[in-house]
Amino acid sequence: MSSTIAFRDVWVEYGDQIVLERLNLTIAAGTFVSLVGPSGAGKSTMLRMLLGQERPSRGEIMLDGVPMGHEPGPDRGVVFQRYSVFPHLTVLGNVLLGFEFAASPVTGRLFGVARRNAIAECHRLIDEVGLSEHRDKYPYALSGGMQQRLAIAQAIAKKPKVLLLDEPFGALDPGTRAQMHELIRFLWRDCGMTVVMVTHDIKEAFALGTRLIALDKKRVDPQAPGRFGAIITYDLDLTRDSAVPVLGFTKPLSKAGSAPHQGAQEGVRP
Amino acid sequence: MRRLMNLAPRPGIRLLLGLLPFVLIAFIYVAASAERRAVNPDDKLLPPVSEMVAAANRLAFEPDRRSGEYVLWSDTAASLRRLALGLGIATAIGLTVGLGIGVLPLVGATLAPLVGVLSMVPPMAILPILFIVFGLGELSKVVLILIGVTPFLIRDLALTISALPPEQLVKAQTLGASTWQVAIRVVLPQIMPRLIEAVRLSIGPAFLFLIAAEAIASDVGLGYRIFLVRRYLAMDIILPYVAWITLLAFLMDWALATLARRAFGFAYVTERR
Repeated sequence: MSSTIAFRDVWVEYGDQIVLERLNLTIAAGTFVSLVGPSGAGKSTMLRMLLGQERPSRGEIMLDGVPMGHEPGPDRGVVFQRYSVFPHLTVLGNVLLGFEFAASPVTGRLFGVARRNAIAECHRLIDEVGLSEHRDKYPYALSGGMQQRLAIAQAIAKKPKVLLLDEPFGALDPGTRAQMHELIRFLWRDCGMTVVMVTHDIKEAFALGTRLIALDKKRVDPQAPGRFGAIITYDLDLTRDSAVPVLGFTKPLSKAGSAPHQGAQEGVRP
Repeated sequence: MRRLMNLAPRPGIRLLLGLLPFVLIAFIYVAASAERRAVNPDDKLLPPVSEMVAAANRLAFEPDRRSGEYVLWSDTAASLRRLALGLGIATAIGLTVGLGIGVLPLVGATLAPLVGVLSMVPPMAILPILFIVFGLGELSKVVLILIGVTPFLIRDLALTISALPPEQLVKAQTLGASTWQVAIRVVLPQIMPRLIEAVRLSIGPAFLFLIAAEAIASDVGLGYRIFLVRRYLAMDIILPYVAWITLLAFLMDWALATLARRAFGFAYVTERR
């Protein structure tokens, strides 16, 4: 249900500007990785590479030991900060779309019994993210938080082995954000995916992740700002039982009950 | 005292304000017409409304003495047929090619420069070529509308597609969509409202090309009639014809607008946030 991701000697260069330098990283299946760093440190570049939107200039990215395809595919789900849902489809239509793509290559639509079965499955997903009352609404009638819930339901409908989150809660108010944290934590445990989340919110990164990776440019040449790229400056394991002694945050998952957390840990260390 | 830019009329006042210019123009016309008639009883330039109504009645409800046809209706049928063919085929080509250019970078690289150049060719300048190649029949008139309108539709749709957030296209692919499925389930429904709007905007140019072609070589049609009776300075026929063409264009525009709102309501709701 989840995938191991490995970056092998990955470099990203735009012209003579180096964005990421010699990135070596193995993410165990089932890990929830929080990716933090200042703007321009290559967080989003890393995510785009995982999506298949962008290719590394050198090196390769392996998914379960196999080089990853260089275009987006159904094995990797994604939730963006904005524009993740389709404005021309209702909540149900948005979730149904993935099923229709899989089952109907020519018309992209389902009919009859197959449609009814898929709709039943969609109803379950929509209930899970708490949108059952809004099933027949269009995205414009939903709040920002509800749109992100829909985007998440849509992304997990295809049961991806990897879920990529690009600042998914960045535009939400604090209350909604806390609810979304609960939701994504629940879904991650429930589906057992590998999650990579880019965020600007350090608190969020510590609260959700089982592993935190910080990217930054360590070396800067004032004469040639593009000469050196970002590297991994911190790689923290947040699954230890003791409180993480960084920035005063305590480990979040311990209070939520240890049983599911243990499950996640087993996933981390096979 | 509030700023002028913040003063908005109430609905009733708005209607009155909208009607005001029409009433003024009608009043000026009637007054000017009466004035000229008073000076010269044979004046043809500004015929009184009664003469225009009589002429319109004659053309619409009495068979022509020579051909036995009801002239207004046969003109209208011929013109609308050409217009519908031209606009219909232009829409089909515009949608197909626009979708291809917008969705497929390979097709875009191949065709976008060509369409860009073709859209700069003044259609009226190649009307003689169309008459030579396609003859003086129906085909050359339909092709003129086609050439005049299609490049605009293609470019407009390709632009609309390029304005779609790339996130949506990536998201669709992560849901397992093929290129074809992205085109018909994600892109097509979202550009349909704009396609209808582009066709609405094209009604004016389409009528322009139609009437120009009919004026030059035709034996039936709204444009043909206007340019025929021009020889006799028959303003009592020309003015009702112009009003009739305007009404037709207005009704087509209104029908398309209604269709777009009914079928693609999602595109006409302003975002709440």
